[in-house]
Amino acid sequence: MDDLYREIIIEHYKNPSYRGKLEPHDIAFADSNPLCGDHIEIQLRVNPEGRITDARFDGHGCAISQASADLLLESIIGKTLDEVKQLNRQHVLDLLGIELGPVRMKCALLSLKVLKAGVYGLGSADDSLVEE
Amino acid sequence: MPFDVLRVRQDFPVLGREVRPGVALVYLDSTATSQKPRQVLEAMDAFYRRSNANIHRGVHTLAEEATAQYEEARARIARFIHAPSPRQIVYTRNTTEAINLVAYAWGRAFLKPGDRILLTEMEHHSNLVPWYLLAQERGLTLDFVPLTDDGHLDLEAYRQRLSDAPRLVAFTHMSNVLGTINPAKEMIAQAHQAGAIVLLDGAQSVPHFPVNVQELDVDFLAFSGHKMCGPTGIGILYGKMHLLEAMPPFLGGGDMIKAVHLGSFVPNEVPYKFEAGTPAIAEAIGLGAAVDYLEQIGMEAIAAHERELTAYALERLEEVPGLHLLGPQAGEKGGVVAFTLDGIHPHDIAQVLDHYGIAVRAGHHCAQPLHERFGIPATARASFYLYTTREEIDKLVEGIYQVKKLFG
Repeated sequence: MDDLYREIIIEHYKNPSYRGKLEPHDIAFADSNPLCGDHIEIQLRVNPEGRITDARFDGHGCAISQASADLLLESIIGKTLDEVKQLNRQHVLDLLGIELGPVRMKCALLSLKVLKAGVYGLGSADDSLVEE
Repeated sequence: MPFDVLRVRQDFPVLGREVRPGVALVYLDSTATSQKPRQVLEAMDAFYRRSNANIHRGVHTLAEEATAQYEEARARIARFIHAPSPRQIVYTRNTTEAINLVAYAWGRAFLKPGDRILLTEMEHHSNLVPWYLLAQERGLTLDFVPLTDDGHLDLEAYRQRLSDAPRLVAFTHMSNVLGTINPAKEMIAQAHQAGAIVLLDGAQSVPHFPVNVQELDVDFLAFSGHKMCGPTGIGILYGKMHLLEAMPPFLGGGDMIKAVHLGSFVPNEVPYKFEAGTPAIAEAIGLGAAVDYLEQIGMEAIAAHERELTAYALERLEEVPGLHLLGPQAGEKGGVVAFTLDGIHPHDIAQVLDHYGIAVRAGHHCAQPLHERFGIPATARASFYLYTTREEIDKLVEGIYQVKKLFG
């Protein structure tokens, strides 16, 4: 079990630090994984220099999708929007520290997809945002 | 010969494998697709090794053998569902394509704006979306039979909706989530009285209990080979002869024509007018072998085995605190058990169970409206077949306790 549900994933799933709403916020975006119904909404507060000062996520889904959202937000506080645009799927996989098959990969990458779609100001989130 | 599950299991090579070293496979996902016995694998292998050729063309020995085997399989499949004639068996890719065939060929030809189609809340997406597409194109009205809280169709509401005179009623013989077995014979008779024709989705019924199209008096029956010990890529549409004959062709191409001239063609006869292009020949032969295999074991014996397993599974799962079962009680359903666990996403249930070698499905099982009806985004689902054992259900229950421990 250690390989897939590392303690860090269970911990962030059960006791997330960044779950909730951020009012007011500067950027917000939400998307779902139609396959399993996972849903993630992300809100960001950005200072005039374009640096992320706070972030929150809300939503529901499996442990992988929710823990990866919490870990991802933790990792972007203090980063600039340009830096966030450079994040790729490996960043999320490094945070999770596990190997994932193609089905669970979608759960893990949903939060990054939502984050990047919001930061880029896109109308919809596309898988190309989290390609290798 | 009495039913012996351990002997049956020896026919399925995959059931002997380990998922990881020391972890035996516990396959509880037969509703998604069944495993294949060596009799089916060998029939397909023998075809490719000895008789491979295209069918209905060429007079050489291999072409004759391939055509004969392909058509013999059709005849066996016809007998299996008690179709009056093999000509009423149309090969398709799967249940989905069989339903689409009726929507495109029959629906486009015979339905006009304002006509109604009656569906149900428990349908698989494959028995919803083809009708949505047709309704958009033709300006049809769709109605849905609601579900009761215990997972049955509301038959009183069904009778009321029939009074709106739908042209077509399409419903599943057995729900792929709830396991509910619908009273098809009675529902078909009522639909006929209301002047409707009926398409029955047999994807979950034909593999699991005896289905007799003449006794049901059903107009169309759709089912898939891969859920009944056959290969993927082959499915069946059964239809009443007068309906099939009145329908225009489905896809255009080779084999579906009698003659082609510059600018015109003459369609072939039933069923060939619906089978354009080189079909899945080996897969049809594999499905013929699957039907032989199931008949040799006996569909009544298979159904009895699954009834006993389902009753046992429900009894064991009801003991688990925080576990909620969907669908009817034992005795009113087939071998499908969908459930949720308080506070734990079905994906996580399935993932942890996989750690113990247990294969279940998690998600909405291509029945999103059904899940919306019960107000849940997803369920975990264990399903059984002729090769499932009580010990495997014990392992499932043990695995669920491990899931609860990890997330507790």
